[in-house]
Formats: sequence, C-alpha cells, structure tokens
Amino acid sequence: MSRILTRSIWVYHFAAAPCNNCDIEILDALTPKYDAERFGIKLVGSIRHADCMLLTGVVNSKDLPRLMSIYQQAPKPFFVIAVGTCALDLGIFRGSYNVVGPPDKHIPIDAYVPGCPPKPEALLSAVVKLIEKVRNDTSKPGKKKVKGIKKL
Amino acid sequence: MIFVDYFIFPGIVFTMIVAFIVSWIDRKVTALLQWRVGPPLLQPVYDFLKLMKKETLIPKGGSVTVFLLSPVISFSALVLVSLILVKTNLNGMGFVGDLFVVIYLLLLPSFAVIMGGASSANPLASLGASREMKMVLSYELPFIMSVCTILIKTGGLIDIAGIIQYQQNNGVLIGSLSGFLAFFVTLLCFQSKMAQIPFDIPEAEQEIMGGTMIEYSGPPLGFFVASRWILMALLPYLAVILFMGGIGSYIGILKYILLVVVVILIKNTNPRLRINQTLRLFWGPVTLLAALSVVLAMMGL
Ligand code: SF4
Repeated sequence: MSRILTRSIWVYHFAAAPCNNCDIEILDALTPKYDAERFGIKLVGSIRHADCMLLTGVVNSKDLPRLMSIYQQAPKPFFVIAVGTCALDLGIFRGSYNVVGPPDKHIPIDAYVPGCPPKPEALLSAVVKLIEKVRNDTSKPGKKKVKGIKKL
Repeated sequence: MIFVDYFIFPGIVFTMIVAFIVSWIDRKVTALLQWRVGPPLLQPVYDFLKLMKKETLIPKGGSVTVFLLSPVISFSALVLVSLILVKTNLNGMGFVGDLFVVIYLLLLPSFAVIMGGASSANPLASLGASREMKMVLSYELPFIMSVCTILIKTGGLIDIAGIIQYQQNNGVLIGSLSGFLAFFVTLLCFQSKMAQIPFDIPEAEQEIMGGTMIEYSGPPLGFFVASRWILMALLPYLAVILFMGGIGSYIGILKYILLVVVVILIKNTNPRLRINQTLRLFWGPVTLLAALSVVLAMMGL
C-alpha cells in the first residue's frame, strides 16, 4: 500500500448512533492541543475526500442504509477506525430494540479504539498503529493498483 | 522551447513548486497563529500525490464530461496565467493586451468551479455553484475599476511589461493615493477570488461541507485543490506586478512573501460573511472606493 497515504490522512467522521461523547473526544483530538495536522491529519466534510472514517456508536436499523451507502462512496484505498466501546461490542446499547449489531458486522474495520469514551491520546495511538500496519503491509490485495472510474 | 516553457520552467513544474511552498506558508502561519506546530514542508506534496493515487468516483446522474473536464480547465488556465506573468516579469516578453488576457484567464477557474458544482448532481454542490456565481458578479466590477485606475495612471498601457517598465521609471503605483486605494480594492477582490475567509462562501466547510467540491474525489479533486493553491500563489504575484513594480530582485521576493502573509492574516482574523453581505460590501463601499480611485487618478493624484 502506498506510503504517501500514511503521511496525509484526511478523516471523515461518521456518528452512527453514539451517545456523542466519543464525537467530542474526536474533536478534542483535532484541537490545537494535540495538533493532528502535524501528521497531515485533517477533518473533511465529504466522504469522497476522505482516506479514513472514524466511526462512533452502534449501528441501528435507521442508519444502517446510510452507513452502507456512505461506505460505498468512499474512494479506495480506505480505512475505518471504530472509536469507543459501542463500536466494538455495543457497550451500553446492548440489547436495545433497534440495534442491528456492531459496525464490524456490516463493514470491514481496520482498527478498534476501546474506551468509553477513549482519550484523544488513545485515538492518536490508534492512528499510529494503523499507519504502521499499512506501512508493513506487503502482502494483501491492497498491493494491487486501484484504477479506473466508478460511477456511484 | 515551447514545451520547456509550458511544462518546466515557468510552466507546470515551477508553478506547482511555488504553489506547494505558498500553501505550506499558509498552513504554517495559520498553525503558528493558533499556537500549534503545523505540518511539515512537504505536506502539500503528500496531499497532492495522495489524491493522485486515489480512486475517481463520479456521481450518479451527473454529467461525466463536464465533471471531469472542469478541474483540468481550471488548472490549465492558471498554468497559462503563471506562464504569461513570469515570462513577462523576467524577460519582458509580453504582447500588447496581455493584461486583458490574464484577467479573462483568471475568470476561468471560477467558471470551472461553477460547471463542476452544477454537474455534480448534489444539492450542496449546486448551492455552492450558485454562491460562486454571485461572488463572481460581486467582485468583478470593483476589480475592473481598479485595473482602470492603473490604465489611467500609466497613460493607457495595456501590456504587463509596459506597466512594470512604467513603475520602474516613475515609482511604484501603490505610492500614489489613487494607486493605494486601487490596491486595497484589488486585495479585497483577490481575497474573494481565492475563496479565502472572509469570502470562502462557495465552499464553506461548516455549512455546506466543501460546497462545489463535495462530489469530487481522487485526481479531479487533486487538480481543483492544486488550482486553489496556484491561485493563492498567483494573485498576490499579480498584485505585486500591477502595484509594486514586479519581482526584480530580493526586495521583490520579500514584497511578495509579505503580501502572501497579509492575505493569510486577513484569512485568519476574520469570520465568514454571508453571501448577501458580500454582495452589499462589494457593490457598495468597495465599488465606491474603486470609483474614487478612478476619479483621483484622473485628477493626477
Ligand atoms: S463508547 Fe461510551 S462514550 Fe462512546 S458513544 Fe458509546 S457510550 Fe458514548
């Protein structure tokens, strides 16, 4: 996979059905205190610009179609980081009537950040681990070049 | 020779390098103003190369040709402008009327943005395109008026080399009262041409999520982003040429960098205006200022 990608990660923030505390921590990680722009990390408003999706919360029946349509519109190569306990194993929303499972039942996830909510440091370290994974990744179908124009 | 000119020295490669540097200055100064460290020097290069490697997606229901063509139009028009400006400034190789050619070519990126937004089949992109149209309507009038000031001051010179020559003989235009007013007006117009805060209304990240750019991905987005950076590098350069006598020595480069930093400071210390406020600002006070500078220039001030 391309090394360039690891130096310029534009993240898109998708809040499936969180309690919104994880989202606040994500915004914390982008504030001047942690200065994620040092590593080329930037928050973008459209999934088509993004390289990485930060996904918080459980997936419920209402936002499953939206999650799927957004994930399909992501330009590959693309990574997903699940943030918070909810996105790992449903957390406090387990057993709720409208929950259709944790996100990794529906889309592939590349990194998990546990915590309720996780600290901004945990988020940044997840990004670092993801970068290492991408850099050391020599096998994988990711090696093959992504080419061509898709209509979506 | 033409190939070297267009592709290497004042052409694509050189323009891109300058655009990368200016964009880095922009991000670094912004970061310093917010007490951050900021990105490394090569960050714009990484961003651009990464976008070149990503997948190209086309919105369903959009027009494929226009959608893919508009970033290329915007990019190539700007490279042409840079070619004309740098060549004229360094070698004095202009032609009569190149000032007007530059003004027309500088309009093309705005049209490309409008076309790209309109062909995206996305409500937010259409909103951005319509805002961009209103922006063009609002800033073009005072800008042309301040160019008129230059024409009157220099006694009807319509070639850039002549304007630079005139300033070398008779002192820079910004030194006179009318020249200073025209420079101020031009700076405001350029700020909105570059779509920088306070006038980044067409792509307001917080309200319409990047507006006209929202459906772009991969290389087309890369070309649009690169055109933004080139605009940010070129327009201060044009202002230096028109009002401060061009870049002839180290002092000239210093003037240029100072102007770039002024643009960045304006961008970082102002909130975004609404579209109706912008229209009122440009057609009201700014046009009046431009008219005043024309009248002053006619009186010889
Ligand atoms: S993991 Fe905890 S903090 Fe995060 S969204 Fe779920 S409940 Fe809220």
